[in-house]
Amino acid sequence: MSKLGGLVAGVGLSAWVLAGTSCGGGAERGGESAAAAGAAVAFPVDTTSAAAINGRVAFVGSRPAAARIDMSEEPTCAQKHPGGAFVEAVLVNDNGTLRNVFVYVKSGLPALTFPVPAEPVEIDQNGCVYSPRVFGIQTGQTLSIRNSDGLLHNIKALPTTNRPFNISQPTTMTTMRSFATAEVMVPLECNVHSWMNAYVGVVTHPYFSTTGADGSFTLRRLPPGTYVVEAWHERYGAQEQTVTVGPNETKAITFTFRAS
Amino acid sequence: MRRKGTASLLLAGAAALAALAAFAAPPNRQGDVGADRERGREVYMKWCAGCHGDEGRGDGPAAEHLLPKPRDFTMALYQVRSTATGQLPLDEDILRVVNEGMPGSSMPGWKAVLSGAERAAVVRYLKTLSPDFAPATAPPAALSFGSAPRGGDAAALEGRDLYRRIECWKCHGDSGRGDGTSAPTLKDDLGNPIRAADLTQNWTFNGGGTAPDIYRVLRTGMDGTPMPSFGDLIEGRIITDEQLWRVAQYVRSLSPAEPPRARDVVRAARVEAGLPSGPDDSAWASVERYYYPLVGQVIVRPRWFAPMVSGLWVQALHDGRALALRVTWHDPSQSPDSSWNVWRARVAARMGADDSAAADSTPLPDRLAVQFPARLPAGLDRPYFLMGSVEEPVYLWSWESEPRSAVEATARGADRLEPLAGLTDSVATSSTYDHGEWRVQFTRALSTGDSTNQLEFVTGRPIPMAFYAWDGSNGETGARMAVGSWSAVYLAEPARASTYLSPAFAMLATAGLGLTVIWRAQRHRRKTTDDGTDIGTSEAE
Repeated sequence: MSKLGGLVAGVGLSAWVLAGTSCGGGAERGGESAAAAGAAVAFPVDTTSAAAINGRVAFVGSRPAAARIDMSEEPTCAQKHPGGAFVEAVLVNDNGTLRNVFVYVKSGLPALTFPVPAEPVEIDQNGCVYSPRVFGIQTGQTLSIRNSDGLLHNIKALPTTNRPFNISQPTTMTTMRSFATAEVMVPLECNVHSWMNAYVGVVTHPYFSTTGADGSFTLRRLPPGTYVVEAWHERYGAQEQTVTVGPNETKAITFTFRAS
Repeated sequence: MRRKGTASLLLAGAAALAALAAFAAPPNRQGDVGADRERGREVYMKWCAGCHGDEGRGDGPAAEHLLPKPRDFTMALYQVRSTATGQLPLDEDILRVVNEGMPGSSMPGWKAVLSGAERAAVVRYLKTLSPDFAPATAPPAALSFGSAPRGGDAAALEGRDLYRRIECWKCHGDSGRGDGTSAPTLKDDLGNPIRAADLTQNWTFNGGGTAPDIYRVLRTGMDGTPMPSFGDLIEGRIITDEQLWRVAQYVRSLSPAEPPRARDVVRAARVEAGLPSGPDDSAWASVERYYYPLVGQVIVRPRWFAPMVSGLWVQALHDGRALALRVTWHDPSQSPDSSWNVWRARVAARMGADDSAAADSTPLPDRLAVQFPARLPAGLDRPYFLMGSVEEPVYLWSWESEPRSAVEATARGADRLEPLAGLTDSVATSSTYDHGEWRVQFTRALSTGDSTNQLEFVTGRPIPMAFYAWDGSNGETGARMAVGSWSAVYLAEPARASTYLSPAFAMLATAGLGLTVIWRAQRHRRKTTDDGTDIGTSEAE
């Protein structure tokens, strides 16, 4: 999304968030929006006529071998992976679908302002691996960053539109942050453990989903309309499909990624 | 940014006003803004664009030779700030870097080159290169840092303990020499390799080397680099603000009180009790250390703009029969070390094509060479500093980390280095690698009996001496090396008997002469008084 678009969305958000989250495009502390989210605002879509888009992300071709991670420098983490740790950039499910694909409505939504969920999105650093590795979050929503390893991680966001952050967590602790502007995707990395990578899809609305162990996704409670839906994968890039859904309609689509 | 709708008369007036008031206050009228930006742009294009690029993207003509790379101003990421991680810097923060430079990079300070008004204008110009600094954006808030708590031995110990607890050593190493386990994999936000700072060399710190400077970096982090902010630890009550200051004070204590100065002559005192047996012999502890700075070799190809070793320390002793040199330097890897292959590949990929090595991973050792003239020059003449010439060759001691050994060589230019066959055992070396530091002792007889090939060391006169260093894990080999200029080693002459007798004799002679003068003067005065004549005529008698 363009900087301007994010700014507009951000302004709308500020109007709604009474605490007045900044629209300057910064990674903000999470506390403000969490507190403000207590204000009850109705969901701005008529749920009696709402539509849905669901489907799956198929993977075609031979699944690439995952590289083994050498965690010998970090025995505490190595012990959490008795069978060895592997780079999780490409995870192909047994049913031939692709995991960790971020699917979201890229464009087509009417000018609506969506409430920011009160509950934070959580990312954990456990066994020197990010969990989840790929996920979505709404602008202004609290990102709760936990270090369960109790050893030094720094979590660094490398956005291009949002402001970055780089936080040291040398012990078991939790830190809150948020993103002010839509941006797909914001990379996260740990510089202490160069194999640790995660990706956050920041959007201004709740229409996003990340494929899991069954490779499926669901975008619920959509106003009827025509949308560009994008599926993003860290190795295989992004694909778009244009989908039109009528009132109360549920349409299934399939994205297909091929081994490169 | 520039509004052309403004009346030209007003613009001209505003420009004059802006020129006068440029440093006093940021301009707030549109005409002022345009004129001020133009003024800052002129300074920028003249002094900054060569490295940072015409558009401020960090891609000027010099950038391909630099590591760390010049800042890309369009990203609005600034290492040195007094604001929280990820926030924009204050104007004072940017001005500080313009004034003082970034000692850990190629960025010089501009205080002595540009006027205050020019520097202030260029700071405001830099902010126009990113939309993040748009005027509507709320100005960044400075963090409150407090001041350094008083310390003592217990405080220093606490700082050391915290350095371990918050795991600074993961990148910076247990001894702070930038040799932590994560050091080889560190990269900046653009994927360029970036070194964990050597915390024992605070004169190279970006943002300054005082305890408050270090504290600021711990609180704010260095945006665009792997250095994170430790601010959330204080807010989460995991450590106190005072404890973070203790870390800063401890890190400060790892460097000397003053930055080392390069001196021309290394003095080798004469010892009678025998030379040290190796670089870790306690006898070296009381021998003066001389700092010797090194820079990348950029005269012959392949040039090398990203040397790992920025300086070394030299100590020397002799006992009338042999000379011992102890050379210590910091190198975060004991090469060859395959865990640094990722670093080496990144360095090779980021340097300009004509200077860069092909990205291979052939194991390379660390190296150090000591250079002397092949023959003692008459007068002040010295061979060409970069490994001599055909007419005036140099004589080298070349030490390698793998296999651990040294050879002697003659060089007649940087590409004409020939080992001295059959003489490899006249220089003895002993070496230690310890937490990011090499310590090597070279020992050779003052005279080897082969004065054709091997320099004869004499006492009582400075003997030209220079050094070269290579870090194999940084891809350094051949002309891709760190070099220094000629310095010298001076072997103290033995103390002769006359050294002690001469002053005593001189004292006695002076005393005798003084007594004679007094005696004569008194005799003369008596005489003039007796005669009733004046002194002037009495002299004529």
